[in-house]
Amino acid sequence: MAYLDNAATTPMLPEAVAAMTELLGKPGNPSSLHAAGRKARRQVEESRERVARALGCGSAEVVFTAGGTEANNIAIKGIAWDQRSKDPRRNRILAGSTEHHAVLDPVRWLGESEGFEVTWIKSDASGEITVDALREALGQDPTDVALVSVILANNEVGTISDIAALTEVTREFGIRFHTDAVQAPAWLDLDFSKLGVCAMSVSAHKVGGPHGIGALIISRDCHVTPLIHGGGQERDVRSGTLDTPAIVGFATALEITTAQKTETVARVNALRDDLVKRVKEIAPDAIYSGAVTNRLVNNAHFVFPGCLGDSLLMLLDAQGVECSVGSACNAGVPQPSHVMVAMGADEDQARSTLRFSLGWNSTQADVDALISALPSAIQRAKRAGVPKVTTAPVRV
Amino acid sequence: MKVLAALSGGVDSAVAAARAVDAGHDVTAVHLALSRNPQSHRTGARGCCTIEDSNDAFRAADMLGAPFYVWDLSSEFQEKVIEDFISEYAAGRTPNPCLRCNESIKFEAVLERAIALGFDAVCTGHYAQVFQGPSGPELHRAIDPLKDQSYVLGVLTADQIAHSMFPLGDSTKVEVRAEADRRGILVAAKPDSHDICFIPDGDTAGWLSRQIESVPGEVIDVETGNKVGTHAGAHAFTVGQRRGLALGNPTGDGERRYVVDVDVAKNLVMIGPPVLLDIDVIETIKPRWAGPLPAHGDRIHVQIRAHGDALPATLNLNENSVTIQLDEPLRGLAAGQAAVMYDGTRVIGSATVSRSRRSASL
Repeated sequence: MAYLDNAATTPMLPEAVAAMTELLGKPGNPSSLHAAGRKARRQVEESRERVARALGCGSAEVVFTAGGTEANNIAIKGIAWDQRSKDPRRNRILAGSTEHHAVLDPVRWLGESEGFEVTWIKSDASGEITVDALREALGQDPTDVALVSVILANNEVGTISDIAALTEVTREFGIRFHTDAVQAPAWLDLDFSKLGVCAMSVSAHKVGGPHGIGALIISRDCHVTPLIHGGGQERDVRSGTLDTPAIVGFATALEITTAQKTETVARVNALRDDLVKRVKEIAPDAIYSGAVTNRLVNNAHFVFPGCLGDSLLMLLDAQGVECSVGSACNAGVPQPSHVMVAMGADEDQARSTLRFSLGWNSTQADVDALISALPSAIQRAKRAGVPKVTTAPVRV
Repeated sequence: MKVLAALSGGVDSAVAAARAVDAGHDVTAVHLALSRNPQSHRTGARGCCTIEDSNDAFRAADMLGAPFYVWDLSSEFQEKVIEDFISEYAAGRTPNPCLRCNESIKFEAVLERAIALGFDAVCTGHYAQVFQGPSGPELHRAIDPLKDQSYVLGVLTADQIAHSMFPLGDSTKVEVRAEADRRGILVAAKPDSHDICFIPDGDTAGWLSRQIESVPGEVIDVETGNKVGTHAGAHAFTVGQRRGLALGNPTGDGERRYVVDVDVAKNLVMIGPPVLLDIDVIETIKPRWAGPLPAHGDRIHVQIRAHGDALPATLNLNENSVTIQLDEPLRGLAAGQAAVMYDGTRVIGSATVSRSRRSASL
């Protein structure tokens, strides 16, 4: 079996499994006042410090959440509401047109149900959100903007946007900036303090930690109207009993990933380049989407003209090669990629994609397995073709 | 064989797929997403198309060890089944959408894609049987007369039949339910689906009235030529219908009046006594043959609705059309219905009713 879908989730690091499982049977709610509670709290706080060190933020800025989607929701809704409550003119939200659904959908919801005006920031052909595009979206009078959210590294095509350059622009106008950095920590040197953002979302299971845990890094001066009310844990921003074993698993994974990053990045980069070169040899008509260099080293994303992405996925799956079409599913049906459409692809291209994403334990054998399975898959998928669509165009 | 099993999330298709696995086939399961905006949960008697059904299909496939995928055919379904259904009604005809779905979705779009992707056959939970005959595979009625679905498969061509598997045709529904239960298939007790799957509340007339502009018009008594009432829109009426005419006390003779014709072009609903519904000649278009072409003058049985009787008849073949002469008159047949022709239990083929009439001898 060749697992090439690490951008969806990557296996847990053995050290994270060990650290987490050791705690699963132990008593102690970190909010309890007795010895067991204090012990759990110590584990949470030590983990918070380890996460903070890995991400370049203060430990008080780490708010544990149940994952990336929750972190994005807290940041986007919480900051937009807070900003508008302080200055009613701030009623506009800017977000990249290539955002993950965990940003796209909360932003749309704020537009449709909460009366915010939404401006989508155009992507360039590589999937990058540039300073020029941000300036254009800000318009003549940016004082009405409550929040800007731009994904740091795109989950489909892996393109990286220069968040520090973008926040230079918004700083002039005192605009809050959030970035979805879920895909980034395993592959990029992340330093929250240098990005200029007030909030950043991360998720454990993308760095070899467990599912169901993540964090929103919120700068000290950034106020967030809470979504989840309850016991007031996590700075009153996010209530709910803290999941001590998962938090420890997250911190362990992030710490090890960070320590080994230089070596892993070099190794995975070479594997990815080999994969891309050999896919192009097999399928000269395949289009390598996104940026050439300005992308995550573990991401290879292609358009295979004339092949439906989910046909290819099924044929590769039958040969033990696991990958993704890249875009979101709706009830099990891959949707034409809004990211590809935002990058200028047509609808057929947006349904003819495959994403191969490598991980910390990917090997040459994984790439070899793909390369040996791909030719027959392409041949059959081409024979099946891409059915004409009569659905409405993809909404961005 | 490499078999693609279409799983609706219901009992029948799950047991059919299980039997294909037992028979030693290499089975891959697909659930067809036919609705553009699937509801999350099943309501009423619908048997497909919700997310809950898709989950049920996944669970059944997983129990069988079959890889599971969802294929999005909502565009094709919208265009070839739903829009066809609307335009047929708008033209005053009475289509059968299940037949259309089998013809253009399950055994065309899905089967073609399956073959291209390297599968040998598509397996469904339809109640019908395929036997090897002297000139190739033959489609036959299922042994359970209450569940027999050969009528809605009557549109399949010989080539499509050759690539189809119907593992349930030799069983009764009772047996299939018991088998599902024995196999631990979670949906064993799920109710049978009926109604039209894209009209969840079963109110076809109400649904159509939202799709087709209703223009009120006159109801005419064909015997006298007199206007006897008004209707809200001709498309809502079908030949043979009596309810919904709202004529009050209809006629002096006290005899009930039925819709005997619908003229959409003139927006007229024609009514008359039931004897006018009696027809014995069925003219059809778009014949599709399940095997070798029949001969002019062949004695056949014809079925004109899903659970209708098989009526003895003689086949008259012309160049582009097929006319069926019934032995005994039939009461009420609308244009657009499918006439499926049988030789005993074997499906000969099907055709769409274009017109029906009374022969001079009647």
